Amino acid sequence: MKPWKRSGERVQADIDRQEAAVLRGLVSQIDDMLRARIEETPQDELAELTGIRTGPSTSPDDPILSRLLPDFHRLDDDNPSKADLDSAAVLRSLHEPTLLDLKTGVAAVVLESCPMYGGEIRLSLEQADAWLAALNDVRLALGTAIEVTEDMPDELPEEDPRSPHLSVYNWLTWVQDSLVQALSTP
Amino acid sequence: MTAAVDMEQTQATPAGSEVVSEDRPWQTVVWNDPVNLMSYVTYVFQKLFGYSREKATKLMLDVHHEGKAIVSAGSKDKVEADVARLHAAGLWATMEHTS
Repeated sequence: MKPWKRSGERVQADIDRQEAAVLRGLVSQIDDMLRARIEETPQDELAELTGIRTGPSTSPDDPILSRLLPDFHRLDDDNPSKADLDSAAVLRSLHEPTLLDLKTGVAAVVLESCPMYGGEIRLSLEQADAWLAALNDVRLALGTAIEVTEDMPDELPEEDPRSPHLSVYNWLTWVQDSLVQALSTP
Repeated sequence: MTAAVDMEQTQATPAGSEVVSEDRPWQTVVWNDPVNLMSYVTYVFQKLFGYSREKATKLMLDVHHEGKAIVSAGSKDKVEADVARLHAAGLWATMEHTS
């Protein structure tokens, strides 16, 4: 893949077959995780009647999902206050369904606009913003899984099982940064 | 945060101090994390809050160097909505009452 190029209201890049397969595979995996979270919370009759959906009140156990769906207050101190705990539970249950919709929405934009066997990607600026968010979600997930740190070297020793994942992560970082640069220079 | 490419030099200007006052009892905090890109965080601050590139860059650098920055303030509803939008963008944001 070469850097994204912007012309007017569109951005464009070419992606090869293998890159497209990797990207689509990762986005689909995140999408599956998010949908599983949605299905964990069956909506009752009241929600159907009122159209007001409520989500779970506690953070997901899975560290990746937990990073994608953060709390509204810092609860990782030694002793979070009861007020913060209660408020975070209410806010999560109120906002999580919308957040899940937005995240599965941006994943869908990537899956629709990234050619399955590689080729040209052409995006409107709105689609490009969806790509940025979806790429970020994939990087958050992968970064959490391989425990990325700020001073992580570009390459890990070959025997480190995280080594191939870090290469993919670094490629996604490049793709996302290139898209930000293209969008920032009209 | 992390940088994929060398950042351009920007002049640091005082900003952020004016975002908190007594009639704006809640504030939005963005926390540093090792994944989010400096360029992307700056882009998100500009896009979501309409901040200038300079102000967005200053806030991004505060997050990077200080570990956190207050990026907006106001009523509970406003700050709650800001945190929700930052979560959608993948940033690690929380809200707190100004003490």
